[in-house]
Amino acid sequence: MNMEKVLEVKNLKMYYFTSKGVVKAVDDISFELKKGETLGLVGESGCGKTTTGFSLLKMPSPPGKIVGGEILINGEDIMPLSENEMRKSVRWQKIAMVFQGAMNCLTPVYTIERQMMETLQLHKPMSKEEARETMKKYLGYVGLSEDILKRYPHELSGGMKQRVTIAMALFLEPEVIICDEPTTALDVVVQAQIINLLKDLKEKLKLSFIFITHDLATEAEVSDRIAVMYAGKIVEVGTNQQIYGEQGPAHPYTQKLLGATPKLHENVKELAFIPGTPPDLLEPPTGCRFHPRCPVAMEKCKKEEPILNEIEPNHFAACWRCLNEQ
Amino acid sequence: MNSEYLVEVKDLKKWFPVRRDFSQVIKKERKFVKAVDGVSFGIKKGEIFALIGESGCGKTTTAKMIMKLHEATAGQLIFENNDVTNVDKKRLLEYRKEVQMIFQDPYASMNPRFKVRDVLEEPLLIHKLYADRDERLEKMKDGLSKVKITPPEEFLERYPHMLSGGQRQRIATARSLMLSPKLVVMDEPVSMIDLSTRAEILYMLKELKNEMDLTYLYITHDLSTARYFTDRIAVMYLGKVVEMGTPEQIIDNSLHPYTKALIAAVCEPKSGKVNIVKEVPIKGEIPSAANIPQGCRFHPRCPYAKPSCISNPEPKLIEHNNDHFVACDRYKEI
Repeated sequence: MNMEKVLEVKNLKMYYFTSKGVVKAVDDISFELKKGETLGLVGESGCGKTTTGFSLLKMPSPPGKIVGGEILINGEDIMPLSENEMRKSVRWQKIAMVFQGAMNCLTPVYTIERQMMETLQLHKPMSKEEARETMKKYLGYVGLSEDILKRYPHELSGGMKQRVTIAMALFLEPEVIICDEPTTALDVVVQAQIINLLKDLKEKLKLSFIFITHDLATEAEVSDRIAVMYAGKIVEVGTNQQIYGEQGPAHPYTQKLLGATPKLHENVKELAFIPGTPPDLLEPPTGCRFHPRCPVAMEKCKKEEPILNEIEPNHFAACWRCLNEQ
Repeated sequence: MNSEYLVEVKDLKKWFPVRRDFSQVIKKERKFVKAVDGVSFGIKKGEIFALIGESGCGKTTTAKMIMKLHEATAGQLIFENNDVTNVDKKRLLEYRKEVQMIFQDPYASMNPRFKVRDVLEEPLLIHKLYADRDERLEKMKDGLSKVKITPPEEFLERYPHMLSGGQRQRIATARSLMLSPKLVVMDEPVSMIDLSTRAEILYMLKELKNEMDLTYLYITHDLSTARYFTDRIAVMYLGKVVEMGTPEQIIDNSLHPYTKALIAAVCEPKSGKVNIVKEVPIKGEIPSAANIPQGCRFHPRCPYAKPSCISNPEPKLIEHNNDHFVACDRYKEI
């Protein structure tokens, strides 16, 4: 596999400055994405995975601010770029996003053609005819016929709308595509169709994806590597095999989360769950953020915060236990 | 013979009329969205019965008819051997005491201006139970401790926005149990809850069922939780039940091609699947309920469909073995 890094994130910090205090939604995370790879970002709601996605586009939703870190696309840091430069040369050109809930991210009063035209013409000077050709090409990639161009979003089904948003993210041939829960709002059969489409596109167009979801089961089917987030931190990074294989994940949170994922073909009478609730990020727990819910927490976990350590090649975990066992 | 069922629906239908244009009014043409088109099943006492299907298959409409939030267009609804399809207001109030509902979205199902206290007290006031305030308060505290919200005194004074999703769904459960109902209808009770707490809520619901002698109708699109949580499953497609049986029968020995497709589409957390393009046996999406295909309504998407599936009348739900029902003419061949 080509080991070229398309995206490298170093010590990214994104805080929400609310009237109650500072919420450290993304707190010092680092990861990298290689060309042609899919990196999964998993975690429960409120763990900062969507916030990470938006931060990569430098579009934190207010009152959020990116406080520190570097985002390197093909080795070039986009942090110092101005808003204008971001809009002109980075967003959608280099990094594009497929948003959660495709039904809500298309304008209901524009035809599909007009919305697609807008994306294209704003970024590339091209005639309407050229734009139409491009649209047709990409609609073909996502398996839609060109007559949907004349239709309005309400005339399309959920799966078709999701395909339209994927086509729109592909238009400018970005290096990285962030998919934020692209299949969550869809039915299982349609969900499987979209996952197949993404795999197919990855193969055909050599795309690199960041796939954000809360569902470990979906992640197992799409991602080459998986990063697990908890309370604004990445707690484990490993390859698909390392996380879902025989040996199982290393971090207690990932283990528990995987245990709580229902498996269709196993007849389990009792599902496991993680007692307690995710922490309030206004006042995160001291030490390891997972320690209040962790079944194997030690004294040390309450005091010192573990950092991501390589426990085997390409497998990182932020847990004192994992370090000790080594 | 029917006494084993707490609730029974017989050929229940709900057709929503579609607005007609002028020429259709003149020609007296009528069009309907056949959201539920002849559904029959019975729920035994103490059972957890699941209705499963994609969005738009009529599972929520069926639940709303059982709740009597929708009037049925045709068919019968039998509760404890009494026909409750058409009842007057007084009987309806009595019926509602026996049948309660938990909604999908715990963020929308509670009045944001109500404290937990008001949320829980309302059913008691409507049904004029416990005239005494202190008695009501006792009952509310009792309800909260049943759903493991502790300490109850503190939570009674909170507003919904001060609670997490899991806590809200617990309060919604407590609310539905205030009147000690016999049947609780749950419309995707955990689909908006985080994975790590989802199992905890289901576990609590199961415990409460045994403790309070309840019967559940569980509506979901998620086969995996249904396997773990329910006793019997009915799979719905476009307003009809296509297969019905125990979770083992449905998931391990499914007969209907639609059920098979649903199972094949479910993702599983196993390694080694990344580079395989999964085979999805059925194409396209669920058709509109305003335009139901002729013959077997699944035939346009069915990989095994033959001309006979279109020309023959719609297949009926027949028993394969041991209470395992399927509505497909050719299930033995495929």
